[in-house]
Amino acid sequence: MKHELVERNTGLLGALILVAISFGGLAEIVPLFFQKDTTEPVEGLRPLTALELEGRDIYRREGCVGCHSQMIRPFRAETERYGHYNVAGEGLYEHNFLWGSKRTGPDLARVGGRYTDEWHRRHMYDPRDVVPESIMPAYPWLFERTLDGRATPAKMRALKRLGVPYAEEEIAAARGEVEGVPEIDALIAYLQQLGTVLEGAR
Amino acid sequence: MNALWDDALPGFWSAWIIVLTLTTLGLVVWIVVANDGRAPGASQDAPADTGADGIEEYDHPLPRWWFYLFVATVVFALAYLLLYPGLGNFRGLLGWTQEAQWEEEMARADERFGPIFARYQDVPIPELARDEAAMQIAGRIFANNCAMCHGAGAQGGDGFPDLTDDDWLYGGDPEALVTSIAQGRRGVMPAWAQLGDETLEALTQYVLALAGRDHETDLAARGGEHFARFCVACHGADGTGNQMLGAPNLTNDIWLYRAPGQRVAEAIHQTLAEGRRGHMPPQAPFIGEQRVHLVAAYVYSLRLRSPGEAPSVE
Repeated sequence: MKHELVERNTGLLGALILVAISFGGLAEIVPLFFQKDTTEPVEGLRPLTALELEGRDIYRREGCVGCHSQMIRPFRAETERYGHYNVAGEGLYEHNFLWGSKRTGPDLARVGGRYTDEWHRRHMYDPRDVVPESIMPAYPWLFERTLDGRATPAKMRALKRLGVPYAEEEIAAARGEVEGVPEIDALIAYLQQLGTVLEGAR
Repeated sequence: MNALWDDALPGFWSAWIIVLTLTTLGLVVWIVVANDGRAPGASQDAPADTGADGIEEYDHPLPRWWFYLFVATVVFALAYLLLYPGLGNFRGLLGWTQEAQWEEEMARADERFGPIFARYQDVPIPELARDEAAMQIAGRIFANNCAMCHGAGAQGGDGFPDLTDDDWLYGGDPEALVTSIAQGRRGVMPAWAQLGDETLEALTQYVLALAGRDHETDLAARGGEHFARFCVACHGADGTGNQMLGAPNLTNDIWLYRAPGQRVAEAIHQTLAEGRRGHMPPQAPFIGEQRVHLVAAYVYSLRLRSPGEAPSVE
């Protein structure tokens, strides 16, 4: 009985299980760290500004990712509606990624520039004001709350450690840029840059 | 493959994937085959192991159906890795990529729908607006791209122009429609708060008078003087506006900016005090010239409908 050896030695069993399950990650994930595709930014990619970054955090806080994906797949049905499919080099500075996996609302990967700032304001205040059929919740508190920017430089420094090329001057100026700005403005700034790097690539 | 997508791996990592994948396959085959059948000395009827707490365990060979099913999955895996990309930089015998599949899908659609759009492109807009089939297509493009702001019935809303009426900021002729849709528009009404509330109130009354609404005659008369100084450059001496600038006609009692429930006088006052910024984003980058032409015809067709008739989109 060859497997008796493994069955009777828990330590050996554990070690072999570890080997078996790590093979998947070693073959599928590790090589991506060395692929041009996933390690080089697309042309024109820039880190989010302090305001956009705060907007992104509001996007996360309000759970937008629960209903909106940011991942256009390479199918005609999707690219006709949303624009060019996502490529890995666009998301290089995304920590964590907000691809999402559920579309109760439309995909937002390329929503930047689609609508006007004013449209976004009204839509966020009460989606029914502009789209009567909408089932999206309203976010009126974004208009009342303002950013204090206390944590903004720390967030940028953390991202810098993960490889997002923020300059020290940008980090130093971050708090001043966002302090006192209504949350809605930050969120709209974030939305309006989404997917715009590849604009015209369609 | 296009320039956005370079998924070639350095040789070492390509080999790494190939070795790991094939080793895994080899190992699982070995484990199953090596443990198939009965260990020497074990029998069909007697327990092979009574080791723990008297729990008996027989040593039976793997059921045949299970064994062959497993072999089939391994064969499938090998065939897949031969045909499709999976083993490092090996592209597979079929040469399949997801980008090529997408491009093929797009090319097929272009082949099928391209001639239709090309044919419509050559039809003048006033004529196209009377083409039922074309307007069905255009209505869907409108619903997907324009209805978010202008409404499903193109009736507009506070700050978003009604496209069903006869009032046009930048003109309603075919060329103006195409330009508005393709390139977008930016309108600016400056804020006049610095004139003081009294002046703004007089101007408000004058604008109400221009539109033929109830107003205070004295105030409106004074407002007229201010109007002649500050407003005529864009809105014209008679207040009928200027489509070159996107300055609205103030005499037709149509108000683009008026929050739900807001009185007209309040809305005018707010416009004067705070200014307004109209912004229509350019649509050509999203839908292309041919669809812009169709949507322009759709907007043009709205005036051909009898009042109250909803645009038909199926």
